[in-house]
Amino acid sequence: MLPLIVVVPMLGAAVAALLPAGRLPWLWATAVSWFMLWAAAGLAAQAMDLGVLSYWMGGWAPPFGIEYRLDPANALLALLIALLAAVVLPYAGPSLASEVPERKTPYLYAALLLFLAGQMGISVTGDAFNVFVFLEISSLATYTLIGLGRDRRALTASFSYLIMGTVGATFFLIGVGLLYALTGTLNMADLAARIPAVAETRTVHTAFAFIVVGVCLKLALFPLHLWLPNAYTYAPSAVTALMAATATKVAIYVLVRFIYTVFGPAFAFGDMPTAHLLVPLAVIGLLSTSVVAIGQGDIKRMLAYSSVAQIGYMVLGIGMATALGLTAALLHVFNHALMKGALFLALGCIAYRLGTTQLAVFPGLGRRMPWTMAAFVAGGLSLIGVPLTVGFISKWHLVLAAIELGWWPIVAVIIVGSLLAIIYIWRVVEVAYLQPAEDPGRCEAPLALLVPTWILVGLNFWFGIDTRVTIGIAERAAAMLTVGLNGGAP
Amino acid sequence: MIPSASTALEIAILVPLVGALLIVLTGKRPNLRETVTLVTAVALFGVVLRILWSLRREEVIEITLIEMMPGLSIAFHTEPLSILFALLASFLWIVTSVYSIGYMRGNNEQHQTRFYACFAIALSGAMGVAFAANLLTLFVFYEVLTLSTYPLVAHKGDEKAKQGARTYLGILLATSIGLFLPAIIWTYSVAGTLDFRPGGILEGRLSGGLATVLLLLFVLGVGKAAVMPVHRWLPAAMVAPTPVSALLHAVAVVKAGVFTITKIVIYIFGLDFLVEVPTERLLVYLVGFTIIAASTVALRQTNIKRMLAYSTISQLSYIVLAALVLAPLSEIGAAVHIVAHAFGKITLFFAAGAIYIASRKTEITQLSGIGRRMPWTMAAFAIGGLSMVGVPPTAGFVSKWYMIAGAFQNDNYFVLAVLVIATALNAAYFLPIVFRAFFDTEDEPPQKDHGEAPWPMVAALTTTAALVLLFFVFNGPVVDLEYGILKGPE
Repeated sequence: MLPLIVVVPMLGAAVAALLPAGRLPWLWATAVSWFMLWAAAGLAAQAMDLGVLSYWMGGWAPPFGIEYRLDPANALLALLIALLAAVVLPYAGPSLASEVPERKTPYLYAALLLFLAGQMGISVTGDAFNVFVFLEISSLATYTLIGLGRDRRALTASFSYLIMGTVGATFFLIGVGLLYALTGTLNMADLAARIPAVAETRTVHTAFAFIVVGVCLKLALFPLHLWLPNAYTYAPSAVTALMAATATKVAIYVLVRFIYTVFGPAFAFGDMPTAHLLVPLAVIGLLSTSVVAIGQGDIKRMLAYSSVAQIGYMVLGIGMATALGLTAALLHVFNHALMKGALFLALGCIAYRLGTTQLAVFPGLGRRMPWTMAAFVAGGLSLIGVPLTVGFISKWHLVLAAIELGWWPIVAVIIVGSLLAIIYIWRVVEVAYLQPAEDPGRCEAPLALLVPTWILVGLNFWFGIDTRVTIGIAERAAAMLTVGLNGGAP
Repeated sequence: MIPSASTALEIAILVPLVGALLIVLTGKRPNLRETVTLVTAVALFGVVLRILWSLRREEVIEITLIEMMPGLSIAFHTEPLSILFALLASFLWIVTSVYSIGYMRGNNEQHQTRFYACFAIALSGAMGVAFAANLLTLFVFYEVLTLSTYPLVAHKGDEKAKQGARTYLGILLATSIGLFLPAIIWTYSVAGTLDFRPGGILEGRLSGGLATVLLLLFVLGVGKAAVMPVHRWLPAAMVAPTPVSALLHAVAVVKAGVFTITKIVIYIFGLDFLVEVPTERLLVYLVGFTIIAASTVALRQTNIKRMLAYSTISQLSYIVLAALVLAPLSEIGAAVHIVAHAFGKITLFFAAGAIYIASRKTEITQLSGIGRRMPWTMAAFAIGGLSMVGVPPTAGFVSKWYMIAGAFQNDNYFVLAVLVIATALNAAYFLPIVFRAFFDTEDEPPQKDHGEAPWPMVAALTTTAALVLLFFVFNGPVVDLEYGILKGPE
């Protein structure tokens, strides 16, 4: 089952490319995404039971062969990717049909499936070089998908992401190459065992720096985020939702995996000044991009900046280097995907009906598209961190982790971030509900778009109230990743 | 069929929600819709009486709905303070509903279904706040109350209403997320629990200085208590229709604020612990300042509702002050004043609304001679005013008695002085209005010949005025009940 979750979407992409243009590629891709959800749920349950699942590619034992390895940390991620894909793909059909010419559909869905295969591959592989391969697969697919946006600026957005993304991937590859030169292995577990012996060498330090910077480019940590707002704004709606929900999250996971498993927290936070780098950047990023979000006229772009800010929260949790901080970061990875997914899908409904997501079309939308706007408000409340939503759960853990460390200024930063979120969300709500429309005709989005949107909204509340699954997995993952911190063997 | 006590507790939260749903469903037929409102209000009061009955037989009721995070549940319980608040809110909801029907119809307001539905949801929030068994639950419902009253404040939808509602929501959300939530998380990280327990949960876990900081976070974070400098939302919310002002000032919102602070002082900190904290006095000064300053501002207002708003700010601080005096009798005074102020202030707002509906007058200077046209209304206004001052035979006298007795118990002469000065100021702004209404002659020929407002409004305000007088005589049961809050840990 473990390799199938990557192989099926990858082969599925080839099949999709061969299908005739029209609805068929979409239906096929949806079927594949549902299979992935079924498989991921089963795998996550197994990983929680057994602790670690391992599969050897071609029967070659690690460290020589490629190993796929699932533990609670990436089980959560695999589940997240599959869940979002299974909800967004049914939505993608009608939404993309209105934004992308029909003749392109086979390649469009082929690219989408390749993107999913890449994301899933990164999350399940236990091999450092394999991470790079899947990173490139999903990135190349993403460049194509962004370029399909109907605005011509989508092409420049795609191109600048291509440049930045390639730089990031190359940095990552250089880092992995240096590690291979030094240790002769690419298996993550094996690397983790061998690095402590050579931790003093400059080569390891250089490799660490290359990998961290490369991944931070991919996950759009401030100030390496400049590609993200354009890419999110001009990509087709469904693609933005999927990218915002999964792509940066996978990069966050890679960062966690390399810092905590491969290099080990003792090296990353003891020998290297990781915390001194990540925490200030996260803080500046989350405050400055939240402020920038307030001034945006295009709501899609506003949410894109908000995404950069939210990435700041996750990196902050990682930089805390405690079990609680890491729990908060992992929780927020999952929770933020749910809230941003819901918000971008709601925006997609608006784009579907009105052709744009500029604030100028929002007056009166509360009455014209009541369900869509209600979804937007619910997603917004979650982003702010109102109780009973997932946003509250993340924020609770993050603040608790900061208090545990006695980082009071950080507590203040997290709070100020939420207050800024109130401002940029409420700006939209007020216009939509309290300003009269010029054309008061009702134009609610079709059910095919509303149902997936509301499924995500529902999940925002579900996982905000019943947190056994998410907190359970996140705590176990964090406990496992931070063993080195508590004096145990890494 | 009489439900068991713990079922009654669940029903108390659910009844208003079901009511809200029915109100939305019957929105097309005003008569049916308003019948639903009244029936729901009466049903809720009945349910709360059922809970009171079991509390008097000293049954312990505690229910846990769901465990939201490990060790943190959404749970409800009953104790004397909560039953008092629930009784008050549910009873005044009945009166306010009768009044609203007169007001909303008399004024031909728009969006009446939204109005009644949000009102019902707000009551559900108030019940949740009242019966919350821990701070987390309380916070959840506190935010429900904030969000559900936002559409009520913004009801008119014009620029002024939008401005006012923005201030309302901005301050309440900013203080609750910015100060209240961190204070809760801090409490949790120090005490390991958030349950309300007799005797408190913080004793011996926090040094005096830090305890003062935490208490300050709570006092300012519970923005609904309107202690300066977080009081500005109350005058801003005056743009709302009068029944909403009654909801804010008497039924639920501000009462939820002072209730929360009293509950935190008694059940989170514990009187014995706070008495040992010398710097706690600083907070007493802050609250004392609010009383005097708000009364002084009220003295200078020309608009009736704005004057009443500032009067509320000072009266709320009476309650917070009484809670912070930490003497057993002053805690009783705080609880009793929650009731006394509610009866008095709702009468005053009802009268102000009746004057507006009957004569369109909103300024104090316009009231000359109005007592002869609206004798019932202005008599009720006079009784309400006297209760604010604290003159026998009104409800305000009872609570002031306990507050002063409490101040003597702790030899707190600062508090004594504040109470005396505030009484003089209160008299200085209420009595001239009464004098002007009854003894001045109308200075200009009136544009409109008017009598009393529609009968539901007059009925409602006479009832509450009668309650102000009755409470002076029959306060025994309430005071006896509230002695229960002084029980130490079992």
